[in-house]
Amino acid sequence: MKYLDEYRDPAKVKALLKEIESVVTKNWAIMEICGGQTHAFLHHGLDAMLPPQIELVHGPGCPVCVTPLEQIDRALAIASRPDVIFTSYGDMLRVPGSTKDLFTVRAQGGNVRTVYSPLEAVQIAEANPDKQVVFFAIGFETTAPANAMAVLQAKNKNIKNFSVLVSHVRVPPAMEAILGSKTNRVEAFLAAGHVCAVMGFHEYPPIAGKYNVPIVVTGFEPIDLLNGLLAAVKQLEGGQAFAENQYQRAVKFDGNESAQKTIQSVFQSTDRKWRGIGVIPQSGWGLSAEFQEFDAEKRFDVENIFTQESSLCIAGEILQGLKKPPQCSAFGKQCTQQTPLGAPMVSAEGACAAYYRYHREEIKA
Amino acid sequence: MCLGIPGKIVEIYEKDSLKMAKVDFGGIAKEACLAYTPEAEVGQYALIHVGFAITLMDEEEAQETLRLLQEMADLEDEIPG
Repeated sequence: MKYLDEYRDPAKVKALLKEIESVVTKNWAIMEICGGQTHAFLHHGLDAMLPPQIELVHGPGCPVCVTPLEQIDRALAIASRPDVIFTSYGDMLRVPGSTKDLFTVRAQGGNVRTVYSPLEAVQIAEANPDKQVVFFAIGFETTAPANAMAVLQAKNKNIKNFSVLVSHVRVPPAMEAILGSKTNRVEAFLAAGHVCAVMGFHEYPPIAGKYNVPIVVTGFEPIDLLNGLLAAVKQLEGGQAFAENQYQRAVKFDGNESAQKTIQSVFQSTDRKWRGIGVIPQSGWGLSAEFQEFDAEKRFDVENIFTQESSLCIAGEILQGLKKPPQCSAFGKQCTQQTPLGAPMVSAEGACAAYYRYHREEIKA
Repeated sequence: MCLGIPGKIVEIYEKDSLKMAKVDFGGIAKEACLAYTPEAEVGQYALIHVGFAITLMDEEEAQETLRLLQEMADLEDEIPG
């Protein structure tokens, strides 16, 4: 497929690997923020081909993984109601809550449906006026324009039986939280290309300057990933730290301003708790004052939620890049893709799922 | 979840007062919303995420990236070892 296949050309991959090898002289820890990039690195076996000086630190860019347990439990409570059709992106269905997941709710008779686009959830609401239709609006900046448009459509069409359970998070505050942490090891970032397709990368030069850290906007194909790494290594070796773009075919400095405008009208900045990490100030979006009527948390009584995380799961340390999945005692044993203890084992962007799929040889005996 | 796939816009139409498109992903056709890329035209490629075009692909930039990489690959070929 155009814009994908030509970025998987083995000759160019080889040339980039050689170039990285010739530039690198010291050890560097580079974080790819986005879980999609973690999977791409491992899927293509690129992590094993990199020079040993480069350590990939896997970031928290997995929306399914960082959606707080309380919010999963609220989703489970709402989805269990007989008057509700609960709609969600497919990858949320197997994320473990305190006692069960959305699949279990469906097996127990709950009306849980997966949608490809949030506009489908609005259509389901229109087609089922006697039901409350709730959409689980999770995701990073990439997904926010779509989720915002669903709410806007519901308002424009005066659809009263539609609401959203919002758990939106943003990348730049998480990067600052990582860089500001005492345990931080990250020396450069590969910034998430599709987040930047929406938001641009004007938020990154101040972060690069303040923390003296290279930030390279990077795509998802093998050549993109290596090109991003090469740029980061060149900056690190040259003692430089600035924001640059290696994903020019999809990302402009200012991003998609039309999408940003809609996000800003439907959502407002708010503190968000990240599962396994904790509260990061102003790190997410909630519904703005004008759209409060669509807030599922207000429409349904889901305030008193008692949560309980697995005592074995070390998802928090994984998501902060402090440990790698094979360092977890439960990895590949009590915790597998069939029986996940934590969200990173579920998601197609979770680091544990990536290691389980592509590095199973590392499961300890 | 931030998976975005470039697809070719093959048809543009309006639905529920939103600009929509039929998008071809190497033989698989899906519907996508063009509300955030109103300038999109049939034949262009858009990056589609959860049923929305979040940006149009920039062909010139794509070619430039590939040209620079080809130069690097050609150079590698010339250097023994």
